[in-house]
Amino acid sequence: MDQVEIGLWGVPLAILGGAIRVSTPFIFVSLGECLTERSGRINLGLEGTLVFGAMSGYAVAYESGNPFVGVLAAALAGACFGLLHGWICKFKGVNDIAVGIAMMLFGMGLAFFFGKPYIQPQAPDLPAFNLGWWSDIPQLRAALQVNVLFIAGGLLAVAMAWMFRSTRVGLIVRVVGDSTDAARAMGLSPDRVRLLATGAGGALAGIGGAYLSLYYPGSWTEGVSSGQGLMAIALVIFARWNPINCFWAALLFGGAGALGPALQSVGVSEGYYLFFAAPYVLTLGLLILTSSPDRAMQGAPLELSLTK
Amino acid sequence: MSRYDPTEAGAISVEALHMTMRFGDFTALDNVSMTIRAGTFHALLGENGAGKSTLVKCIMGFYHATEGELLVDGRQAVMTDPKMAQTLRLGMVYQHFTLVPSLTAAENLVISRADTPAVIDWRSERRRLDAFMAGMPFSVPLDQPVSRLAAGEKQKLEILKQLYLGNRFLILDEPTSVLTPGEADEVLSHVRALTTASEITVLMITHKFREVSAFADEVSILRRGKYVGGGKVGEMSVEEMSRAMMGEAPVVSDRGRATTVKKPLLELRGVTAKDRTGLHNIEIDDVTLNSGEILGIAGVSGNGQMELMEILTGQRRLTGGEIRVNGASYSATRREARAHQIRYLPEEPLRNACAPRMSVAENLAFRMFDASADGGTIFWKNAGAIARNADDLIAGFNVKTTSPAARIAALSGGNVQRAVLGRELTGAVKALIVSNPCFGLDFAAVSSIRDRLIEARNNGTAILLISEDLDEILELSDRVLVMSEGRVTFETPIETADIAEIGQHMAGHG
Ligand SMILES: Nc1ncnc2c1ncn2[C@@H]1O[C@H](COP(=O)(O)OP(=O)(O)OP(=O)(O)O)[C@@H](O)[C@H]1O
Ligand SMILES: [Mg+2]
Repeated sequence: MDQVEIGLWGVPLAILGGAIRVSTPFIFVSLGECLTERSGRINLGLEGTLVFGAMSGYAVAYESGNPFVGVLAAALAGACFGLLHGWICKFKGVNDIAVGIAMMLFGMGLAFFFGKPYIQPQAPDLPAFNLGWWSDIPQLRAALQVNVLFIAGGLLAVAMAWMFRSTRVGLIVRVVGDSTDAARAMGLSPDRVRLLATGAGGALAGIGGAYLSLYYPGSWTEGVSSGQGLMAIALVIFARWNPINCFWAALLFGGAGALGPALQSVGVSEGYYLFFAAPYVLTLGLLILTSSPDRAMQGAPLELSLTK
Repeated sequence: MSRYDPTEAGAISVEALHMTMRFGDFTALDNVSMTIRAGTFHALLGENGAGKSTLVKCIMGFYHATEGELLVDGRQAVMTDPKMAQTLRLGMVYQHFTLVPSLTAAENLVISRADTPAVIDWRSERRRLDAFMAGMPFSVPLDQPVSRLAAGEKQKLEILKQLYLGNRFLILDEPTSVLTPGEADEVLSHVRALTTASEITVLMITHKFREVSAFADEVSILRRGKYVGGGKVGEMSVEEMSRAMMGEAPVVSDRGRATTVKKPLLELRGVTAKDRTGLHNIEIDDVTLNSGEILGIAGVSGNGQMELMEILTGQRRLTGGEIRVNGASYSATRREARAHQIRYLPEEPLRNACAPRMSVAENLAFRMFDASADGGTIFWKNAGAIARNADDLIAGFNVKTTSPAARIAALSGGNVQRAVLGRELTGAVKALIVSNPCFGLDFAAVSSIRDRLIEARNNGTAILLISEDLDEILELSDRVLVMSEGRVTFETPIETADIAEIGQHMAGHG
């Protein structure tokens, strides 16, 4: 492909493309965490789930030759991790944050253990849509290479927002997340709802992991995740537990993450690595700017151990 | 045993037989049997901690009674969980609110239904809700999160929810404690009309004899977990009822008002703040609280009293103006409150003035745990002093608790109130700011708390009394202010106070 000289326009284009690529796992993990937290539980183990999802997705895609089977396997593995977390938290006196940290280390260890044989072989990649077909600027076409999971994530965010507003399941999750007593008075079983919400959240995190190994970076290594599973939790707080906001926050985050590489690509060679810290600085800055001295954290589920 | 058909219309009866409920070795309910006949309005009386809430929670399946059985509509019912009660069409308004705070009123109503559709079509649900609301004697804003509603509005919503669910046996646990007498009468007469029409049966827990005489058909009385009497309301005098409740006739105190020196203590000048919705402003132009007086603030719930309380406790940020105490600017920090000896009793004290999971003794120590005898602070906690303080207050304010080490959240509503008041009224107190201090107390406790307020006033304490109970305001205050829509709209000394005029200002027609 011939490079067309587009000068500084390359930077926003690279950021756009990077944002889409980098944000996808954030979208899935943060939506999963959003669902879990809305039910009043926090699952810090999603980093482990993500890594295990990356490994199992890659392995199954390699064995079966179909990347979508891999994604499915990652979701199933993630669901198992979530359900295990939810099941342990059911016991009296168990703290969900502590269990989450244990699950994180457990998931990563397990992934490294089972993943050894899959570090070398090449599994099939997930497909992408060429939304840039209409243009003949290759940089634009590269930026608009949109992977399936990004689109699925966007749709999922809308669907989840709709679920919280207009479905029985969604309202039940919110009731349980807000007041265990009210939920009991309604005859709901808070532990069951939380178990299922944690399971579903884990499945989404697993999918986020599969994206890492099957699309971008696109292979299984032990360093496949750079803490996305943990950053996504901060993202949920910043998004105020709103799925649509989670999507935008993930995109913003992805964009910030793409800043360093984008600058590098146009030849800024000095200090660009400082921009690799952009997402973290951005999170801190935004959390401070959007906080308010008058209100408690808006939208925070009241049963969350973070806000209690 | 024939199957119960939930589609049948009409009131149903409930019988509790030999109900016993133990929490550990504490017996909250001791072999209680009572019958609530279909289509009656049944009142349940008892002092704070008598076991009233415990009994009805057993009926609702929220607690599992240690012993005893339950007949619903003449058939034996095993209440495994509250859902069971719901299918039998038993509904309850709990004393501590059970609405979901961050859901809107409309969402709360719709999700509480047993047949909430999997996908909710909000447009048609709203149409149905509006139609339902149109037939109700009062309404609440449907689109606000419940956390933004005032206590009175929440209580109304709780009752509306039960009617909305189509329940045919309604348990109301002190439904009127947060309503003004006018609102209470309105709500109860509507409920009463439904029982007379044999559409529902009502079991109401209350402390107000006036409501019992005016609305109830029958009454049952509990004391220390035992059934101690009851019958038709017309056939029992108030004396008989109160004797059964307390075990003896209560001592009626005559509250003498001493003449006191009135010096300005706390002043609010041009104070503005956002209200709880963030959309309107609270504007208090000029209010002065003097020593040795009780300044009553009347108003219908939701007119800015809650915000005023939060302003005074430092929980709400001012957008303008200032608060002065003894001439110095005051921002309600713990240090300032201690220096000026200002104390608080906010509404819903379990939530606003307690650490619910800490023990009674620890909660009672909040004012003294870090104070040394000479007014400084201490570093090491003095367990002995904390225990002594707890014992004194528990005895002095008659707080019923299994032990000082029990979690304060396990106390009955009235006892939490007493405990917090006890804590706030000990030591030297220059000013006491109270909000609905008699919310949910039995009449003996009400009378003792009012005695204490008057006594404190006579000793020169300045008391700001925010209350939605107009009778209470008129009984205690030296001066009355009326709040309406976030402003003080009317002021009168008690000598010239006229109920009709105050009522008009409360309703916003000044
Ligand atoms: N979950 C619990 N654990 C331990 N003790 C409890 C529990 N619930 C209630 N109790 C105790 O049982 C007794 C009866 O409480 P209950 O709430 O039934 O009183 P009540 O008659 O409703 O009083 P009030 O008028 O103050 O609401 C109280 O002494 C209370 O401390
Ligand atoms: Mg009670």
